[in-house]
Amino acid sequence: MKVKQFYLFLLMVAFTTIIVACSGSNGASTPEEGSSGSTEGTSDSDEDVIEVGILHSLSGTMAISETSVHDAELLAINEINENGGVLGKQIKPVIEDGASDWPTFAEKAKKLLQQDKVATIFGGWTSASRKAMLPVVEESNGLLWYPVQYEGMESSPNIFYTGAAPNQQIVPAVDWLLENRGTKFYLLGSDYVFPRTANAAIKAQLEDAGADLVGEEYTPLGHTDYNTVIAKIKSEKPDVIFNTLNGDSNVAFFKQLKDAGITSEDITVLSVSVAEEEVRGIGADAIAGHLTSWNYYQTTETPENSEFVAAYKAAYGEDRVTADPIEAGYFGVYLWAAAVEKAGTTDVDAVKEAAKELEFQAPGGLVKVDGENQHVYKTVRIGEVQGDGQIKELWNSGEPVKPDPFLKGFDWASGLAESLGQ
Amino acid sequence: MGKIMNQSIFNKKNLLLLGFIVLLIAPLFLTDFRLNLLGKYLAFAILVIGLDLLWGYTGVLSLGHGIFFGIGAYAMGMYLKLEASGTTKLPDFMAWSGVQELPFIWVPFQNPILAIILGIFIPLMIALLLGLLTFRNRINGVYFTILSQALVVVVVTLFVGQQGLTGGTNGLTSFNTIFGFSLASTTTQTVIYLITAAVLAIVYFASKVLINGRLGQVLIGIRDGENRLRFLGYDPAIFKTFIYALSAGIAGLAGMLFVLQVGIISPTMMGIIPSIEMVLWVALGGRGTLIGPVIGAILVNWAKTSFSESYPDIWLYFLGLMFVIVVVFLPDGLMGLFKKFQKRWSGLHDKQPDSARVEKNYS
Repeated sequence: MKVKQFYLFLLMVAFTTIIVACSGSNGASTPEEGSSGSTEGTSDSDEDVIEVGILHSLSGTMAISETSVHDAELLAINEINENGGVLGKQIKPVIEDGASDWPTFAEKAKKLLQQDKVATIFGGWTSASRKAMLPVVEESNGLLWYPVQYEGMESSPNIFYTGAAPNQQIVPAVDWLLENRGTKFYLLGSDYVFPRTANAAIKAQLEDAGADLVGEEYTPLGHTDYNTVIAKIKSEKPDVIFNTLNGDSNVAFFKQLKDAGITSEDITVLSVSVAEEEVRGIGADAIAGHLTSWNYYQTTETPENSEFVAAYKAAYGEDRVTADPIEAGYFGVYLWAAAVEKAGTTDVDAVKEAAKELEFQAPGGLVKVDGENQHVYKTVRIGEVQGDGQIKELWNSGEPVKPDPFLKGFDWASGLAESLGQ
Repeated sequence: MGKIMNQSIFNKKNLLLLGFIVLLIAPLFLTDFRLNLLGKYLAFAILVIGLDLLWGYTGVLSLGHGIFFGIGAYAMGMYLKLEASGTTKLPDFMAWSGVQELPFIWVPFQNPILAIILGIFIPLMIALLLGLLTFRNRINGVYFTILSQALVVVVVTLFVGQQGLTGGTNGLTSFNTIFGFSLASTTTQTVIYLITAAVLAIVYFASKVLINGRLGQVLIGIRDGENRLRFLGYDPAIFKTFIYALSAGIAGLAGMLFVLQVGIISPTMMGIIPSIEMVLWVALGGRGTLIGPVIGAILVNWAKTSFSESYPDIWLYFLGLMFVIVVVFLPDGLMGLFKKFQKRWSGLHDKQPDSARVEKNYS
C-alpha cells in the first residue's frame, strides 16, 4: 500500500512538473534562444528584436529532409545578426515543429502569425504543407518563404517561392534528355500531387516533341519493392526514366535497379527529388552516373558558395552536405532581410513591394524575385552523380531563367494552364 | 458543513455542469487562436464518445475510426470547397488534375444541408455494412481490429490515388465561407465553437441515456460475456453493428466540426496513426466512463499543442512519457485516478462520527 501511494505521489509530481514546465501558452519559455516557442505578446515589448517564424517538420517522415533547411535558415539568421541584424535589430527565430502533418502546419502557422505576430515565416517542404499554410497566411496577410521546387500552378500574393518552378527544373531537363539521351521515356513517381502534376506536364511536353511514352507508374510514399516496376522497365527498354520518387523509395529503387544489372549506361535515370542529402542515403555507388536537375549543387563554383559551404559545415559538422532546398532556404532569409532593409519596415505589404525585382548573389548564382508571381529567377543545372556522392554539373542554362509557374510560355501546356482559368 | 462541501465537490452532475459552463464562457477569456484550438479538441472529444461506446462499453476495439472521422470531414470539406470555388469554376485541384467537369459524387455536396446529412450518413452506412459482414459471421476480437485497420489502408490509398476527386495527399483546403459567412471572421469561428460545445454536450447526454438504459446493460453484457448473452437469446451481432454504426456516425459529425475549425482535411488525418491515437485518448481518460475519454481527448491534445510549442525539438518524448506513465501506473486511465481520490477523500470523512452516509457514486 505504501509503495502504491509513493508511486501515486511520484506520478502526480511528474505530471504537474511536465504540465507546468510546458505550458507555453502561459508565457513560460525556455531561456535558450531560438529553440523555444515564444511568449505571447513579447514582440511589442522587445523593441530591438524582430521575430520570424521557422516552421519545418522536426519530427515524422519529413524530418530527415526538412531539418537541414531549418539549419540553413538559422545559419542565415545568425550571419545576418552578426552583421548587425535588420534595420539595426536582431532577428529572433521562433521555431515550431510541423511534425510532417499538414493540419499541424496550418495550426502552427496560425500560431506564429496570430499569437506571436512574427514578421514572416520561413517553412514548408511538401506541397501539402504549403497548401495547408496558404489559406492561413492569406487570411492574416502574413508572409511565407517556401524553399522547395514544386509542381507550379500556384501564385499566392502572400508566398515567396524560392525553389524552382517547373520551367526551371523539369521542362529544361526533359528538353536536355530529348536532345542528349533519347526519346523513349518512362515516368516513375510517388503517388502524390507533385509527381502526378509534374508528369501531366511532362506528358504534354513529350507529345509536343513527338517522343515516346512507354510507361507511367506511381507507387505509394514509402514503397520499397520495385522489382515489378523494374521488370516492366526491362521489357519496355526506355532510354530515360524520369524519376519523381520521393524519400526512402529512392533508396530501394536505385539499389534494386543496380541489382537488376541496369546501369546508367543502359538507361539514364533523371531524378528531380534527389539531391546531395538523398545521395548519401541511397549510397553513391548505387546512383553514380545517373542524373539530377536542380538550380544548385554543393560543387557549384561561385565565391558565395564556397563561403556558404564552409559556414554550413563549420556550424553543423564536416560530414554535412549542402543541397538545393538548403540553399533556397538560406538565400530566402537574405532576400527577406534585404526587402525589409529596402522597405524600412517589416510591414508585409511594404516588404512585398520592396521585394519586387530584388536581386541577390546566392550561393547558386544570381537570383532575382519576379515581381509578378513572387517566384525567383534561377539558373537551371543538370548534373551527374559522382562516386564520392557529389554532383558534377553537365549543363547549365547560362543565365537565370524567368520563373513561369503556370507554364504560360509553352504552347503545349496551354490546356493545363487554361483549365485553371488563369 | 464539511459533508455538504465534500458531497458537492465530487458530485458528478455539478462537476459536469461546471465544465460545460466553463466551455461556454471560454470565448470570453481565450484569444481567438486558443479558442480555435479548444474547438478542435472538442471535436476530438465528440469522436471519442462514440469510440468509448464501442470499445469501453461493448468491448469492440476499432483501430479504424480515422476514416469515419475523415469521411465526415471530407463531406464538409467538399461543400466548403465548392462554395469557395463559386458556381462556375471547378475546385483548383481538379483543374490541374485534368478533371473537366464536376464529378457526380461531388454534386450532392453543393447543398450544405445534404452535405451535413451525408457527412453522418456515409460513415454510418459503411460501418453498418462492414459490421453486418463481420459481426454476423462472428468475426470478433482481434480479427475485427485487424480488419478495421485494413479498412484504413484501403480508404487512405483510395483517397491519395484519386487526386482528381479528392485532392490527393494535399487534401482539401483554402475554404472561404459557410452559408455565406466568412470562415476567417471571429464571429463565425466563435459561433462554430459554441455549436461544437453544444454538440459535445448533446452527444454526451444522449450517450449517457443510452448507456443507463436497457441497451447499455446489453452492451456491457456483450463486453463481459458474449456467449452467455447469446444463450439468453440476444443476438450480439445486431447490437454490435448498431453501436459500431452509431460510433461511426458520431465520428463523421466530429470530422465535420473539425474541418470547420482547422480549415484543412487530408488523408494524413484519417491514417493509421491518428486512428490509433484516438484509441489512446480513450485509454488515457479511462474507457467505459464516457467523461474520461472526453477529458483524455482534450488533455492529450492540449498537451500536444503546448509541449510542441515549448519544446519543438523534443516534444514527442514528453508525449510518449505521458502515455507510458498513464498506461503503466493508471490502467483505468485518469478516471481511475479520480475514483481513487474520491474514495480516499470520502473515507477520510467517513471516519468522522457525524457523517453517517456518503454520497453514492453515480457510475
